[in-house]
Amino acid sequence: MNAAKFALIAFFVGLLVLAFAHWLKIDYFFFAGYTILQFTVLATAWNILGGYCGYVNFGSAAFFALGAYSSVFMHKVYPLPVPALMLVGAVVSGIVGFGMGYLTLRLRGAFFAIATLALAVVLQTLVVNWDFVGGSRGAYIIRPETIDIGSLQVNYIEYLFVLMLVLAAIVLTTARTIERSQLGFGFATIRDDEMAAEASGVPTLRLKLIATTLSGAFMGMAGAPFPYYIGYLQPSSAFGLEYAVNSIAMPMIGGTTTWIGPLIGSLLLGTAQQYTTAYISLGTGVNVLIVGVILIVFVIIAPNGLVGLVQEWLRKRRKS
Amino acid sequence: MSALLHVDNISKRFGGFVALDGIELEVQAGERLGLIGPNGSGKSTLVNCICGTLQNETGNVTFDGHKLDGLAAHQRTHRGLARSFQLPRPFHSMSLADNLRIPLLYTVRAREGMLHAHSDLGARCHELLDMVGLAAKAQQMPRDLTQVEMRKLELARAMAAEPKLLIADEAMAGLSHSEIEDILALLVRLNERGITVILIEHIMSAVMSFSQRLAVLVSGRKVADGKPEDVVRDPEVVRAYLGQ
Amino acid sequence: MDISWDLLINAITAGLLLGGFYAAVTAGVSISFGMLDIVNIAHPAFIILGSYIAYFFNINFGIDPIIVSIVALPAFYALGALVYQVYYVSFEKRGQESLRGLAFFFGLLFVTEVGLILVFGVDYRYVEAAYIGPSIHLGLIELPLRMLVPCVVALAMFAALQLFVTRTFLGRAIMAVSQDQLALQLMAADPIRIKRIAFGLSIATASIAGALLIIIQPIEPSVGRDYIGRVFAICVLGGLGSMPGTLIAAFLLGVVESLTSTFYGPSWSPAVAFGFLLLTLAFRPAGLLGR
Repeated sequence: MNAAKFALIAFFVGLLVLAFAHWLKIDYFFFAGYTILQFTVLATAWNILGGYCGYVNFGSAAFFALGAYSSVFMHKVYPLPVPALMLVGAVVSGIVGFGMGYLTLRLRGAFFAIATLALAVVLQTLVVNWDFVGGSRGAYIIRPETIDIGSLQVNYIEYLFVLMLVLAAIVLTTARTIERSQLGFGFATIRDDEMAAEASGVPTLRLKLIATTLSGAFMGMAGAPFPYYIGYLQPSSAFGLEYAVNSIAMPMIGGTTTWIGPLIGSLLLGTAQQYTTAYISLGTGVNVLIVGVILIVFVIIAPNGLVGLVQEWLRKRRKS
Repeated sequence: MSALLHVDNISKRFGGFVALDGIELEVQAGERLGLIGPNGSGKSTLVNCICGTLQNETGNVTFDGHKLDGLAAHQRTHRGLARSFQLPRPFHSMSLADNLRIPLLYTVRAREGMLHAHSDLGARCHELLDMVGLAAKAQQMPRDLTQVEMRKLELARAMAAEPKLLIADEAMAGLSHSEIEDILALLVRLNERGITVILIEHIMSAVMSFSQRLAVLVSGRKVADGKPEDVVRDPEVVRAYLGQ
Repeated sequence: MDISWDLLINAITAGLLLGGFYAAVTAGVSISFGMLDIVNIAHPAFIILGSYIAYFFNINFGIDPIIVSIVALPAFYALGALVYQVYYVSFEKRGQESLRGLAFFFGLLFVTEVGLILVFGVDYRYVEAAYIGPSIHLGLIELPLRMLVPCVVALAMFAALQLFVTRTFLGRAIMAVSQDQLALQLMAADPIRIKRIAFGLSIATASIAGALLIIIQPIEPSVGRDYIGRVFAICVLGGLGSMPGTLIAAFLLGVVESLTSTFYGPSWSPAVAFGFLLLTLAFRPAGLLGR
């Protein structure tokens, strides 16, 4: 199945989800769904660099927040419709991803990982000290109730939900296409043995830069609508720890070697977190603690995640 | 005739330890060079510096008339240098056939700028695996291989890059006598087709029968370089191997 | 003019005192990352854990925090040994330490931080001791005891570690295992056991570093994250595994941070360390005195 067909199927699934949501007529579904889909994008984007190439990015929050703050900046300078803001977020985060990659990707993976942590803190400090985008006091963006699309008047939150749905479909299609292409093949050699990859003629730095830029850009796109979604943006929420943890935990729990892993991980964990926040009122603290514990457990006993467990099970069945 | 490979005053240190000290070496096109030396003498470090895996501190490497300074390892491979690793480094998440596809896609195809059909690639992988006797295991994973088979895969992967100069770094360790004969025959066949070969080995019988010229590295310095029969009788070489 | 000089000298002094403390904080990572090649980004979490333990026993029983940390040393050592054992069995043995190992430590960092939030809340906590408050005055220079005492203890611990690593058999075995595991095996020492001891030692230093931290400043669970950057910046800048280098880098960072904080405001100081780290990684990854 080639990329175009897959994209079409993703589009249809998206339409089905949307129709279902519409039929439900529960606003909360759009709010929760938006957050879950946002994590799908973040997890899949993370996985392009982390799962496919083996380079861990601890600073997903940085790229996400860059997208969010680009929107805040544009809102004050020259308001644009949200889809355009997503492109702005993509460019900003993509450039930062490229720049950081260029500085650190020639070193070992561990140094890159530490540098991404560093990046998140540096950016957060810069934003906190930049009053134009609100600094530590935060920035308000008034979310309109509805938006006019052609002759339709659409609920604004539904509009944001659809945008995130489309973005998720794009990111998943991209990840899948990469995975099955020569590029993805090259990524896998970087993950398996970078030295041998270079010796075999794989231009590892170039490929890593592609992965970092793409990954960063998609994360920026996910962050761009966030100020409109949340209405009041503070550095502590944009740079929140739950973005870093979830972007790592969801792919690792779902399975890092395919595009399905982050999807499953984000749907499962995202839904679970939404459920526990809403109905069990555990609070985000315990919520996120549990995600951390599950991550540790999975990393130890199921290194290839849920997808890996299923593949293992299928292989054993085939042998017997 | 200018040499295919010219190693000019290469030095490499690791902290306080001098791994290579002013190495000078020339390899003519089509030659079969043997490189020997005790463990830790710097053979693999020299290979790493030539191929770009490590950066040499002084001197430079010229290949096929061009200086290789500043070129990344993959660029040197594109230009026709290929090497097998002393400790095998397979791509463990892929089958053997796919392991060979990588250099075919990223080196051969990149070099020629042509689009091979996928079936061409598959056939070529099979052909290469067959040359080293691994055709039956084409779809297996590296973790299912023995050490010896992994070395053969290493060699096949280097061959897949269609090099002008192939450096075989201890590809024969652990092989049986007949397997050594097979690999030697393979390397000679490659050489007859025009591929220059540097053979790094400890198995003296193989080195002697294969090499047209023999170079000896001891403690990071080249102590001998000439006809094999002469080199093995060189007192300094004898001293290095038998100790004092 | 007078006021500027006064401010400058005191900023530098405070920076040096801080640097001494930073050296103690980094000593543990110098061992785990510099010598064992284990990227334990959870180290600051262990430090904060040490801070809270010191806090708990200080507030409830009035025991001096440094004493608490020394008593807690064996527990921290055991914790470190346990963590290494899990790490080794799950990742190092299988050769998957890069991605999974990092995720593992990240999970630990995270779980520890959130766990502490749930138990102690996000309010700032501080300890009480006789030396928190008074300062020694030497002319223009003010030496707050709450910084001087930790600096002295830190340097003492650092010196003790340096002696251990260079003078004892175990210490030299740890240095050796970082350079040549095979040779160590040939000497009939079990490299895994050596590494486990080293890692346990590395976490034990966190106990003391934690007590020192809470003497210097009030803490809350997320303070640990500021230290990730500092610790790795110092480690890399100082050259991995070089103890003297670590010391110099620690002082350097302390002074630059202090100057930034004094003249540009404290909200910029987290960025200093990380900025250092990014610059070092980009331009001189071997560090100042690197191997």
